[in-house]
Amino acid sequence: MAEIAAAPAGRFEPALMRRKLTGTIFYGACLAAIGILLLALILLLAQVLGRGLPWLDVDFLTGAPSRNPEKAGILPALLGSIEIALIVGVIAFPVGVAAAIYLTEYARDTRFNRLLQTNISNLAGVPSIIYGILGLAVFVRILNLGTTILAAALTLTLLILPVIIIASIEAFKAVPNAQREGAYALGATRWQMVRQSVFPAAAPGVMTGIILAMARAIGEAAPLLLVGAAGFVAFLPNPVSGNYSVLPVLAYNWAKRPQDDFQGISGAAIIVILVLILALNAIALVVRARLSRHIQW
Amino acid sequence: MSVQPIPLTRRRPVSERIIETALFLAAAVGVVTTAGIILVLAFQTVEFFREINPIAFFTGTFWSASIAPYKFGVLPLVSGTLLVAGIAMIIAIPLGMLSAILLAEYATPRVRLVVKPILETIAGIPTIVLGFFAINFLAPQVLQPLLGKQNIGLFSALSGGIVVGLLITPLIASISEDAMRAVPRGLREGAFAMGATKFEVVRKVVLPAAVSGIMASIILAMSRAIGETMAVVLAVGTQPQLTFDPTESVQTMTAFIVQISGGETPQGSIQFKSLFAVAATLFAMTFALNVFSGWIVRKFRTVY
Repeated sequence: MAEIAAAPAGRFEPALMRRKLTGTIFYGACLAAIGILLLALILLLAQVLGRGLPWLDVDFLTGAPSRNPEKAGILPALLGSIEIALIVGVIAFPVGVAAAIYLTEYARDTRFNRLLQTNISNLAGVPSIIYGILGLAVFVRILNLGTTILAAALTLTLLILPVIIIASIEAFKAVPNAQREGAYALGATRWQMVRQSVFPAAAPGVMTGIILAMARAIGEAAPLLLVGAAGFVAFLPNPVSGNYSVLPVLAYNWAKRPQDDFQGISGAAIIVILVLILALNAIALVVRARLSRHIQW
Repeated sequence: MSVQPIPLTRRRPVSERIIETALFLAAAVGVVTTAGIILVLAFQTVEFFREINPIAFFTGTFWSASIAPYKFGVLPLVSGTLLVAGIAMIIAIPLGMLSAILLAEYATPRVRLVVKPILETIAGIPTIVLGFFAINFLAPQVLQPLLGKQNIGLFSALSGGIVVGLLITPLIASISEDAMRAVPRGLREGAFAMGATKFEVVRKVVLPAAVSGIMASIILAMSRAIGETMAVVLAVGTQPQLTFDPTESVQTMTAFIVQISGGETPQGSIQFKSLFAVAATLFAMTFALNVFSGWIVRKFRTVY
């Protein structure tokens, strides 16, 4: 039994100084990681603003693309982007919310319904460019919509639907069950329960999800390159016929050119995209605050 | 899954059933989309394999779709993609994990108020902006002065990998943070009671307990890096070559798809069909990673 008492001296020394020092160094590393991210973000925004701001003026916003960067403008692409975002919102809202209602309020726990849910999370992980290929084959070719704004909007709708559905499911799940049971106790049918009791309570989350998804659609370029968004469209877009352009594709086409001036107007176009996205985020905040004013549980 | 009403009447009103059917159809759009993607890719890929031997496609080390003699060996595109994704992971895993640990374990509410928006802003930036950043700043003003102009060009896998790494960091950070937050407080308190320091609690209790979520976040980020398009297409160039030298210009699968779709490629040509074969390969890779990530979460999740 003596061996126990004779444990090697120093083995159980707490070495607290060293251990705490390791901890401090690690905490420093965590802060450094955030510092690097912040620095990268600042450099990125500074680069975009530095390049783009000198080119950003009223003529740039209201002009048409041109081979001469001095005269180039973005109006057709700006309107194309806004038009597409609106169509996406109008189609994706009812479909996405309906799907989320089915999955949270109606679906029984069957194997098929679980498959529906898994499938939606898998779709959210499909690269956006694959949706472009789907859109090219189905909307542009098979449904013969051609390379139009409508085909582009439908493609982006499919792309952001999983995002909207997942956000809406979260919002519906956050509504307490008492809300549902209360509606049933008052004799509501299931649809009455959903429409009058659960949906208003989930609305802030649902609307935020949709507006943020629209913001994502505005910044998306890869799938639109496949469904025919062109770089240089001089006329204003028509949803169902003719060529169209969108801001990210225009910015991409300009950024591809080696000349400094084109990098400048590409930066200016990117500033406009960022402003649109920022505006949508601000709208999402306001809508959320307004809709959740009366909710308390 | 859902709260079911007690059936007081034997038959539900017709309108209720119509509504339920409509809602079901909306939920089924996802399945139709998946089926559409698989059918479109499979159909055109089979067409492609009628002209190009699949073995030659999957094992070929030379890719030249636009310049004769045409060669369709996909390995250079796959290696380019993996090279960029690998560099991205080297950047994103430490940055994402450290941010997640900071948020989940160390951050006071005020620190969160600063850190969260940084990550969310990076996550919300359109990826084309990162491509713009790569060719306007990262490559010419950081990498070239650092490594020498003769060693690295304006377009390189390194430059693309770094911006993609930046792009996927928030994904790793947010999923890992959720996983760490799900670790019950009692485990941490137990370790503190045993005399562990904060760092030891993080390293020996929280990280092992959250490992399934962390692994899942890393695999999802990998999948996202492989499928990333606009940041890469500007940054890495258009040189499909089988190399693992990060300073070389390469071409990823996504960048090739963009290149071929942007040109005047006639429908029905072998180049046009090769687009679908490459897309099918890309889809298979990302799909496998996504399924794998879900499997890890289910398999290794510790329920407390």
